[in-house]
Amino acid sequence: MTGQDGVLHSIHVILPYHLRALAQVGAEVTLEVAGPVTVRRVLDTLEARYPMLRGTIRDHVTQQRRPFLRFFACEQDLSHDSPDAPLPETVAAGVEPLLIIGAIAGG
Amino acid sequence: MSKVRVLVGTHKGAFILTSDGKRKQWEVNGPLFAGWEMYHLKGSPVDPDRLYASQTSGWFGQTIQRSNDGGTTWTPVGNKFTYEGVPGTHQWYDGTPHPWEFKRVWHLEPSLTDPDVVYAGVEDAALFRSANGGTTWEELAGLRCHGTGPNWQPGAGGMCLHTIILDPSNPDRMYIAISAAGAFRTDDGGKNWKPINKGLVSPFMPNPTAEVGHCVHHVAMHRSRPDVLFMQKHWDVMRSDDAGESWQEVSGNLPTDFGFAIDVHAHEPETLYVVPIKSDSEHFPLEGKLRVYRSRTGGNEWEPLTKGLPQENCYVNVLRDAMSVDSLDECGIYFGTTGGQVYASADAGDTWAPIVCDLPAVFSVEVQTLA
Repeated sequence: MTGQDGVLHSIHVILPYHLRALAQVGAEVTLEVAGPVTVRRVLDTLEARYPMLRGTIRDHVTQQRRPFLRFFACEQDLSHDSPDAPLPETVAAGVEPLLIIGAIAGG
Repeated sequence: MSKVRVLVGTHKGAFILTSDGKRKQWEVNGPLFAGWEMYHLKGSPVDPDRLYASQTSGWFGQTIQRSNDGGTTWTPVGNKFTYEGVPGTHQWYDGTPHPWEFKRVWHLEPSLTDPDVVYAGVEDAALFRSANGGTTWEELAGLRCHGTGPNWQPGAGGMCLHTIILDPSNPDRMYIAISAAGAFRTDDGGKNWKPINKGLVSPFMPNPTAEVGHCVHHVAMHRSRPDVLFMQKHWDVMRSDDAGESWQEVSGNLPTDFGFAIDVHAHEPETLYVVPIKSDSEHFPLEGKLRVYRSRTGGNEWEPLTKGLPQENCYVNVLRDAMSVDSLDECGIYFGTTGGQVYASADAGDTWAPIVCDLPAVFSVEVQTLA
Protein backbone atom coordinates (compact mmCIF):
# COMPACT_ATOMS: atom_id res chain seq x y z
CA MET A 1 0.00 0.00 0.00
CA THR A 2 1.22 3.48 -0.72
CA GLY A 3 -0.02 6.64 0.91
CA GLN A 4 -2.53 7.50 -1.80
CA ASP A 5 -4.85 10.47 -1.51
CA GLY A 6 -8.17 9.72 0.05
CA VAL A 7 -7.45 6.10 0.88
CA LEU A 8 -7.75 5.17 4.56
CA HIS A 9 -4.69 3.56 6.07
CA SER A 10 -4.43 1.80 9.41
CA ILE A 11 -1.44 3.44 11.05
CA HIS A 12 0.17 2.22 14.22
CA VAL A 13 1.54 4.89 16.53
CA ILE A 14 3.61 4.19 19.62
CA LEU A 15 3.32 6.86 22.27
CA PRO A 16 5.70 7.69 25.10
CA TYR A 17 4.71 6.56 28.58
CA HIS A 18 3.35 9.85 29.87
CA LEU A 19 1.16 10.46 26.85
CA ARG A 20 -0.30 6.97 27.16
CA ALA A 21 -1.26 7.82 30.72
CA LEU A 22 -2.71 11.16 29.68
CA ALA A 23 -4.79 9.64 26.87
CA GLN A 24 -5.53 6.48 28.88
CA VAL A 25 -4.40 4.16 26.12
CA GLY A 26 -1.88 1.36 25.74
CA ALA A 27 1.54 1.69 24.20
CA GLU A 28 0.26 1.50 20.66
CA VAL A 29 -2.78 3.12 19.10
CA THR A 30 -4.13 2.35 15.66
CA LEU A 31 -5.54 5.19 13.63
CA GLU A 32 -7.38 5.34 10.34
CA VAL A 33 -5.54 8.03 8.42
CA ALA A 34 -6.53 9.33 5.01
CA GLY A 35 -3.60 9.27 2.59
CA PRO A 36 -1.17 10.55 1.73
CA VAL A 37 0.14 9.46 5.10
CA THR A 38 2.30 12.18 6.61
CA VAL A 39 3.31 13.13 10.14
CA ARG A 40 0.87 16.04 9.99
CA ARG A 41 -2.05 13.82 9.01
CA VAL A 42 -1.19 11.21 11.61
CA LEU A 43 -1.02 13.85 14.32
CA ASP A 44 -4.22 15.52 13.11
CA THR A 45 -5.99 12.18 13.39
CA LEU A 46 -4.37 11.37 16.73
CA GLU A 47 -5.39 14.72 18.23
CA ALA A 48 -8.92 14.48 16.87
CA ARG A 49 -9.35 11.14 18.57
CA TYR A 50 -7.51 12.06 21.75
CA PRO A 51 -8.03 15.82 22.25
CA MET A 52 -6.08 15.79 25.50
CA LEU A 53 -2.94 15.26 23.41
CA ARG A 54 -3.32 18.60 21.66
CA GLY A 55 -0.36 20.76 22.50
CA THR A 56 1.65 17.91 24.00
CA ILE A 57 3.41 16.75 20.82
CA ARG A 58 3.37 19.94 18.79
CA ASP A 59 2.57 23.52 19.57
CA HIS A 60 -1.09 24.51 19.39
CA VAL A 61 -0.49 27.47 17.13
CA THR A 62 2.79 26.99 15.25
CA GLN A 63 2.36 23.21 14.92
CA GLN A 64 6.10 22.89 15.60
CA ARG A 65 7.24 19.62 17.15
CA ARG A 66 8.01 20.08 20.82
CA PRO A 67 11.79 20.21 21.20
CA PHE A 68 12.19 17.15 23.45
CA LEU A 69 10.18 14.83 21.21
CA ARG A 70 11.27 12.90 18.14
CA PHE A 71 9.53 10.95 15.39
CA PHE A 72 11.13 7.62 14.46
CA ALA A 73 10.09 4.94 11.97
CA CYS A 74 11.86 2.14 10.16
CA GLU A 75 15.05 2.86 12.12
CA GLN A 76 15.13 6.41 10.79
CA ASP A 77 14.84 9.72 12.59
CA LEU A 78 12.13 11.60 10.71
CA SER A 79 12.00 14.52 13.15
CA HIS A 80 13.55 17.04 10.82
CA ASP A 81 11.61 16.01 7.74
CA SER A 82 8.75 18.17 6.59
CA PRO A 83 5.54 17.25 8.43
CA ASP A 84 4.00 16.98 4.96
CA ALA A 85 6.55 14.48 3.66
CA PRO A 86 5.12 11.02 3.00
CA LEU A 87 5.98 8.52 5.71
CA PRO A 88 7.74 5.31 4.66
CA GLU A 89 5.52 2.90 2.76
CA THR A 90 5.77 0.27 5.46
CA VAL A 91 4.32 2.79 7.94
CA ALA A 92 1.52 3.72 5.53
CA ALA A 93 0.87 0.01 5.08
CA GLY A 94 0.59 -0.55 8.82
CA VAL A 95 3.57 -2.89 8.88
CA GLU A 96 5.86 -0.60 10.86
CA PRO A 97 4.77 1.85 13.55
CA LEU A 98 5.47 5.55 13.84
CA LEU A 99 7.24 6.05 17.14
CA ILE A 100 6.87 9.27 19.13
CA ILE A 101 9.85 9.31 21.45
CA GLY A 102 10.64 11.49 24.42
CA ALA A 103 14.24 12.64 24.78
CA ILE A 104 16.28 10.63 27.24
CA ALA A 105 17.01 13.56 29.52
CA GLY A 106 16.02 15.18 32.77
CA GLY A 107 16.09 14.22 36.42
CA MET B 1 -17.11 16.52 61.77
CA SER B 2 -14.79 18.81 59.88
CA LYS B 3 -12.15 17.43 57.58
CA VAL B 4 -9.03 18.87 56.09
CA ARG B 5 -7.78 18.15 52.60
CA VAL B 6 -4.26 19.24 51.68
CA LEU B 7 -3.42 19.47 47.98
CA VAL B 8 0.30 19.09 47.38
CA GLY B 9 2.02 19.77 44.06
CA THR B 10 5.51 18.35 43.65
CA HIS B 11 8.29 17.99 41.14
CA LYS B 12 7.10 14.47 40.27
CA GLY B 13 3.37 14.31 40.86
CA ALA B 14 0.54 15.44 43.12
CA PHE B 15 -0.56 14.15 46.50
CA ILE B 16 -3.75 14.60 48.47
CA LEU B 17 -3.46 14.40 52.25
CA THR B 18 -6.64 14.10 54.30
CA SER B 19 -7.42 14.13 57.98
CA ASP B 20 -10.25 14.76 60.36
CA GLY B 21 -10.41 17.99 62.34
CA LYS B 22 -7.93 16.73 64.90
CA ARG B 23 -5.23 16.69 62.22
CA LYS B 24 -3.30 13.90 63.90
CA GLN B 25 -3.88 10.92 61.59
CA TRP B 26 -3.37 11.47 57.89
CA GLU B 27 -4.21 9.50 54.81
CA VAL B 28 -1.83 10.05 51.89
CA ASN B 29 -3.07 9.52 48.35
CA GLY B 30 -0.77 9.71 45.37
CA PRO B 31 1.19 10.18 43.38
CA LEU B 32 -1.38 11.55 40.98
CA PHE B 33 -0.02 12.39 37.53
CA ALA B 34 3.16 10.57 38.52
CA GLY B 35 6.30 11.88 36.92
CA TRP B 36 4.82 15.24 35.91
CA GLU B 37 5.65 18.57 37.46
CA MET B 38 2.57 19.64 39.39
CA TYR B 39 3.00 23.34 39.95
CA HIS B 40 -0.27 24.01 41.70
CA LEU B 41 -3.61 22.51 42.70
CA LYS B 42 -6.48 24.43 44.18
CA GLY B 43 -10.15 23.88 44.99
CA SER B 44 -13.16 26.09 44.40
CA PRO B 45 -14.32 27.89 47.54
CA VAL B 46 -17.96 27.44 46.49
CA ASP B 47 -17.67 23.81 45.42
CA PRO B 48 -14.79 22.19 47.31
CA ASP B 49 -14.98 19.03 45.23
CA ARG B 50 -14.17 21.06 42.12
CA LEU B 51 -10.39 21.04 41.89
CA TYR B 52 -8.03 22.41 39.29
CA ALA B 53 -4.45 21.28 38.76
CA SER B 54 -1.55 22.52 36.66
CA GLN B 55 0.33 19.57 35.18
CA THR B 56 3.42 20.38 33.16
CA SER B 57 6.46 18.80 31.62
CA GLY B 58 9.56 19.87 29.77
CA TRP B 59 8.74 17.20 27.19
CA PHE B 60 4.99 17.49 26.77
CA GLY B 61 4.15 21.05 27.80
CA GLN B 62 1.13 22.15 29.76
CA THR B 63 -2.01 20.27 30.70
CA ILE B 64 -4.78 21.40 33.00
CA GLN B 65 -6.67 18.76 34.97
CA ARG B 66 -10.07 19.20 36.62
CA SER B 67 -11.78 17.06 39.21
CA ASN B 68 -15.44 17.20 40.18
CA ASP B 69 -15.18 14.72 43.03
CA GLY B 70 -12.49 16.05 45.32
CA GLY B 71 -9.61 14.50 43.45
CA THR B 72 -10.80 10.92 43.08
CA THR B 73 -11.08 11.24 39.30
CA TRP B 74 -9.64 13.83 36.95
CA THR B 75 -10.27 15.01 33.40
CA PRO B 76 -7.82 16.87 31.19
CA VAL B 77 -9.38 20.15 30.09
CA GLY B 78 -8.13 23.00 27.92
CA ASN B 79 -4.42 23.65 27.64
CA LYS B 80 -4.37 26.28 24.91
CA PHE B 81 -2.93 29.47 26.36
CA THR B 82 -2.53 31.92 23.50
CA TYR B 83 -1.50 35.49 24.13
CA GLU B 84 -3.91 38.03 22.71
CA GLY B 85 -2.71 39.82 19.60
CA VAL B 86 0.96 40.12 18.76
CA PRO B 87 2.68 39.17 22.02
CA GLY B 88 5.56 41.63 21.70
CA THR B 89 8.67 41.49 23.84
CA HIS B 90 9.79 41.77 27.43
CA GLN B 91 13.37 42.09 28.64
CA TRP B 92 15.64 39.09 28.71
CA TYR B 93 18.18 38.55 31.49
CA ASP B 94 20.74 40.61 29.60
CA GLY B 95 18.31 43.45 29.00
CA THR B 96 17.66 42.67 25.34
CA PRO B 97 14.09 42.35 24.03
CA HIS B 98 12.77 38.79 24.14
CA PRO B 99 9.50 37.56 22.66
CA TRP B 100 6.73 36.51 25.00
CA GLU B 101 6.53 32.70 24.99
CA PHE B 102 4.11 30.58 26.97
CA LYS B 103 5.89 28.02 29.11
CA ARG B 104 3.68 26.83 31.97
CA VAL B 105 0.94 27.64 34.47
CA TRP B 106 2.30 28.49 37.91
CA HIS B 107 -0.89 29.23 39.78
CA LEU B 108 -4.61 28.50 39.44
CA GLU B 109 -7.07 30.65 41.35
CA PRO B 110 -10.71 29.53 41.31
CA SER B 111 -13.38 32.22 41.54
CA LEU B 112 -14.87 32.98 44.94
CA THR B 113 -18.40 32.69 43.53
CA ASP B 114 -18.49 30.46 40.44
CA PRO B 115 -16.81 27.04 40.29
CA ASP B 116 -16.56 27.25 36.50
CA VAL B 117 -14.52 30.44 36.61
CA VAL B 118 -10.82 30.07 37.24
CA TYR B 119 -7.78 32.27 36.68
CA ALA B 120 -4.35 31.05 35.60
CA GLY B 121 -1.06 32.84 36.20
CA VAL B 122 1.47 31.78 33.61
CA GLU B 123 5.09 32.06 32.52
CA ASP B 124 5.92 34.18 30.49
CA ALA B 125 3.91 36.43 32.72
CA ALA B 126 0.27 36.84 31.82
CA LEU B 127 -3.13 36.25 33.36
CA PHE B 128 -5.72 33.99 31.75
CA ARG B 129 -9.35 33.36 32.66
CA SER B 130 -11.66 30.46 31.95
CA ALA B 131 -15.41 30.73 32.38
CA ASN B 132 -16.16 27.13 31.48
CA GLY B 133 -14.27 25.04 33.97
CA GLY B 134 -10.95 25.26 32.21
CA THR B 135 -12.18 24.14 28.79
CA THR B 136 -11.04 27.33 27.08
CA TRP B 137 -8.85 30.20 28.24
CA GLU B 138 -8.73 33.88 27.36
CA GLU B 139 -5.97 36.25 28.27
CA LEU B 140 -6.78 39.33 30.35
CA ALA B 141 -4.38 41.21 28.13
CA GLY B 142 -4.83 44.56 29.84
CA LEU B 143 -2.23 43.42 32.36
CA ARG B 144 0.51 42.54 29.90
CA CYS B 145 -0.34 45.46 27.63
CA HIS B 146 -0.91 48.27 30.13
CA GLY B 147 2.44 49.82 29.26
CA THR B 148 5.20 48.51 31.51
CA GLY B 149 5.31 45.00 30.01
CA PRO B 150 8.28 45.66 27.72
CA ASN B 151 10.30 46.49 30.87
CA TRP B 152 9.50 43.29 32.75
CA GLN B 153 12.25 40.74 33.06
CA PRO B 154 12.47 37.22 34.46
CA GLY B 155 13.63 36.27 37.91
CA ALA B 156 15.89 33.26 38.33
CA GLY B 157 12.88 30.95 38.19
CA GLY B 158 11.49 32.49 35.02
CA MET B 159 9.14 35.38 34.36
CA CYS B 160 6.17 33.93 36.16
CA LEU B 161 2.86 35.30 37.32
CA HIS B 162 2.70 33.34 40.56
CA THR B 163 0.21 35.13 42.82
CA ILE B 164 -3.47 35.87 42.18
CA ILE B 165 -5.61 37.33 44.96
CA LEU B 166 -9.33 37.95 44.49
CA ASP B 167 -10.93 40.61 46.67
CA PRO B 168 -13.91 39.01 48.47
CA SER B 169 -15.56 42.39 49.00
CA ASN B 170 -15.17 43.70 45.46
CA PRO B 171 -15.55 41.36 42.48
CA ASP B 172 -13.86 43.90 40.22
CA ARG B 173 -10.67 44.07 42.26
CA MET B 174 -7.83 41.63 41.88
CA TYR B 175 -4.15 41.61 42.76
CA ILE B 176 -1.39 39.71 41.00
CA ALA B 177 2.37 39.47 41.38
CA ILE B 178 5.12 38.69 38.90
CA SER B 179 8.79 37.81 39.31
CA ALA B 180 10.54 40.06 38.58
CA ALA B 181 8.09 42.81 37.65
CA GLY B 182 6.24 43.44 40.89
CA ALA B 183 2.65 43.64 42.09
CA PHE B 184 -0.31 44.92 40.06
CA ARG B 185 -3.97 45.67 40.73
CA THR B 186 -7.11 45.91 38.68
CA ASP B 187 -10.29 47.64 39.83
CA ASP B 188 -12.41 46.79 36.82
CA GLY B 189 -12.36 43.02 36.59
CA GLY B 190 -9.07 42.77 34.72
CA LYS B 191 -9.49 45.26 31.89
CA ASN B 192 -7.07 47.84 33.25
CA TRP B 193 -4.13 47.35 35.55
CA LYS B 194 -1.60 49.45 37.36
CA PRO B 195 1.67 48.68 39.14
CA ILE B 196 1.41 48.92 42.94
CA ASN B 197 5.03 48.94 43.99
CA LYS B 198 5.47 52.28 45.74
CA GLY B 199 7.61 51.79 48.81
CA LEU B 200 9.42 48.72 47.52
CA VAL B 201 13.20 49.12 47.40
CA SER B 202 15.31 46.70 45.36
CA PRO B 203 18.99 47.67 45.50
CA PHE B 204 19.88 45.33 42.63
CA MET B 205 17.94 47.56 40.21
CA PRO B 206 19.46 50.59 38.46
CA ASN B 207 16.65 52.60 40.02
CA PRO B 208 15.90 50.79 43.31
CA THR B 209 12.47 52.40 43.61
CA ALA B 210 11.37 52.01 39.99
CA GLU B 211 7.70 51.53 39.18
CA VAL B 212 8.34 47.93 38.03
CA GLY B 213 11.16 45.41 38.20
CA HIS B 214 10.82 44.28 41.80
CA CYS B 215 11.13 40.59 42.53
CA VAL B 216 7.97 40.02 44.53
CA HIS B 217 7.95 36.44 45.79
CA HIS B 218 4.46 36.19 47.23
CA VAL B 219 1.57 38.26 48.56
CA ALA B 220 -1.06 37.29 51.13
CA MET B 221 -4.33 38.82 52.30
CA HIS B 222 -6.85 38.13 55.04
CA ARG B 223 -10.33 38.01 53.56
CA SER B 224 -11.80 40.16 56.34
CA ARG B 225 -9.49 43.06 55.41
CA PRO B 226 -8.96 43.03 51.68
CA ASP B 227 -7.12 46.37 51.65
CA VAL B 228 -4.34 44.99 53.84
CA LEU B 229 -1.68 43.05 51.98
CA PHE B 230 1.46 41.31 53.17
CA MET B 231 4.38 40.65 50.84
CA GLN B 232 7.48 38.52 50.94
CA LYS B 233 9.76 40.27 48.50
CA HIS B 234 13.08 38.83 47.32
CA TRP B 235 14.51 40.57 50.35
CA ASP B 236 12.16 42.39 52.76
CA VAL B 237 8.78 41.57 54.26
CA MET B 238 6.34 44.36 53.46
CA ARG B 239 2.78 45.40 54.26
CA SER B 240 0.27 47.71 52.66
CA ASP B 241 -2.78 49.15 54.38
CA ASP B 242 -4.17 50.86 51.31
CA ALA B 243 -4.68 48.11 48.73
CA GLY B 244 -1.12 48.30 47.53
CA GLU B 245 -0.95 52.07 46.98
CA SER B 246 2.03 52.17 49.33
CA TRP B 247 4.17 49.63 51.16
CA GLN B 248 6.12 49.71 54.40
CA GLU B 249 8.79 47.29 55.49
CA VAL B 250 7.87 45.09 58.47
CA SER B 251 10.88 42.77 58.52
CA GLY B 252 11.64 43.96 62.05
CA ASN B 253 13.66 41.44 64.03
CA LEU B 254 13.67 38.64 61.46
CA PRO B 255 17.13 37.02 61.32
CA THR B 256 17.01 37.32 57.52
CA ASP B 257 14.21 38.83 55.51
CA PHE B 258 14.84 36.83 52.36
CA GLY B 259 12.24 34.14 51.71
CA PHE B 260 9.44 32.97 49.50
CA ALA B 261 6.34 31.95 51.45
CA ILE B 262 4.05 34.19 53.48
CA ASP B 263 0.56 33.61 54.84
CA VAL B 264 -1.99 34.98 57.29
CA HIS B 265 -3.75 33.23 60.17
CA ALA B 266 -7.33 32.31 59.26
CA HIS B 267 -8.93 34.16 62.19
CA GLU B 268 -6.32 36.72 63.24
CA PRO B 269 -5.66 39.18 60.42
CA GLU B 270 -2.59 40.60 62.14
CA THR B 271 -0.93 37.20 62.62
CA LEU B 272 1.54 36.39 59.85
CA TYR B 273 3.86 33.55 59.01
CA VAL B 274 7.08 33.54 56.99
CA VAL B 275 9.95 31.09 56.59
CA PRO B 276 13.21 33.06 56.53
CA ILE B 277 15.76 31.76 54.05
CA LYS B 278 19.45 32.59 54.39
CA SER B 279 19.97 34.60 51.22
CA ASP B 280 19.40 34.87 47.50
CA SER B 281 22.60 32.89 47.02
CA GLU B 282 21.89 30.19 49.61
CA HIS B 283 18.29 29.03 49.47
CA PHE B 284 18.09 27.23 52.78
CA PRO B 285 17.36 28.16 56.40
CA LEU B 286 19.94 29.97 58.50
CA GLU B 287 22.26 27.68 60.49
CA GLY B 288 20.51 24.57 59.18
CA LYS B 289 17.54 25.27 61.48
CA LEU B 290 14.08 25.19 59.93
CA ARG B 291 12.15 27.97 61.65
CA VAL B 292 8.80 29.47 60.85
CA TYR B 293 8.50 33.02 62.13
CA ARG B 294 5.20 34.34 63.41
CA SER B 295 4.20 37.91 64.01
CA ARG B 296 1.07 38.64 66.02
CA THR B 297 1.43 42.36 65.39
CA GLY B 298 1.14 42.54 61.64
CA GLY B 299 4.91 42.46 61.24
CA ASN B 300 8.02 43.99 62.82
CA GLU B 301 7.89 41.79 65.92
CA TRP B 302 8.56 38.17 65.06
CA GLU B 303 8.99 34.99 67.10
CA PRO B 304 10.62 31.78 65.91
CA LEU B 305 8.49 28.62 65.89
CA THR B 306 10.70 25.57 66.16
CA LYS B 307 8.95 22.87 68.16
CA GLY B 308 8.80 19.77 65.98
CA LEU B 309 10.88 21.26 63.17
CA PRO B 310 14.46 20.11 62.48
CA GLN B 311 16.96 22.32 64.28
CA GLU B 312 20.13 20.94 62.78
CA ASN B 313 21.39 19.94 59.35
CA CYS B 314 18.30 21.16 57.53
CA TYR B 315 19.03 22.67 54.13
CA VAL B 316 15.68 22.66 52.34
CA ASN B 317 13.78 25.56 50.82
CA VAL B 318 10.11 26.50 51.15
CA LEU B 319 8.78 27.81 47.86
CA ARG B 320 6.34 30.69 47.38
CA ASP B 321 3.13 28.69 47.01
CA ALA B 322 4.07 26.02 49.52
CA MET B 323 2.40 27.46 52.64
CA SER B 324 -1.30 27.48 53.46
CA VAL B 325 -3.70 27.64 56.39
CA ASP B 326 -6.94 25.90 57.27
CA SER B 327 -9.93 27.63 58.83
CA LEU B 328 -10.73 25.32 61.71
CA ASP B 329 -11.33 26.98 65.08
CA GLU B 330 -7.72 26.43 66.01
CA CYS B 331 -6.04 27.51 62.82
CA GLY B 332 -3.81 24.95 61.16
CA ILE B 333 -0.65 26.00 59.29
CA TYR B 334 0.96 23.86 56.62
CA PHE B 335 4.07 24.08 54.50
CA GLY B 336 6.06 21.87 52.17
CA THR B 337 9.78 21.80 51.49
CA THR B 338 12.04 21.10 48.57
CA GLY B 339 13.21 18.10 50.61
CA GLY B 340 9.77 16.54 50.26
CA GLN B 341 8.44 17.10 53.77
CA VAL B 342 4.99 18.50 54.45
CA TYR B 343 4.74 19.89 57.96
CA ALA B 344 1.51 20.71 59.76
CA SER B 345 0.70 22.60 62.91
CA ALA B 346 -2.76 22.19 64.43
CA ASP B 347 -2.15 24.97 66.97
CA ALA B 348 -1.36 28.03 64.89
CA GLY B 349 2.35 27.22 64.70
CA ASP B 350 3.18 26.46 68.33
CA THR B 351 4.02 22.83 67.53
CA TRP B 352 4.71 21.03 64.27
CA ALA B 353 4.80 17.49 62.96
CA PRO B 354 5.48 16.11 59.51
CA ILE B 355 2.54 14.62 57.63
CA VAL B 356 4.90 13.03 55.12
CA CYS B 357 8.68 13.14 54.91
CA ASP B 358 9.85 11.82 51.59
CA LEU B 359 7.82 13.26 48.76
CA PRO B 360 9.47 14.79 45.71
CA ALA B 361 10.35 18.47 46.06
CA VAL B 362 7.19 20.33 47.06
CA PHE B 363 6.13 23.17 44.78
CA SER B 364 2.78 24.07 46.33
CA VAL B 365 0.50 23.39 49.28
CA GLU B 366 -3.16 24.36 49.40
CA VAL B 367 -5.55 23.47 52.20
CA GLN B 368 -9.30 22.93 52.05
CA THR B 369 -11.37 22.93 55.20
CA LEU B 370 -14.37 20.69 54.58
CA ALA B 371 -17.59 20.59 56.56
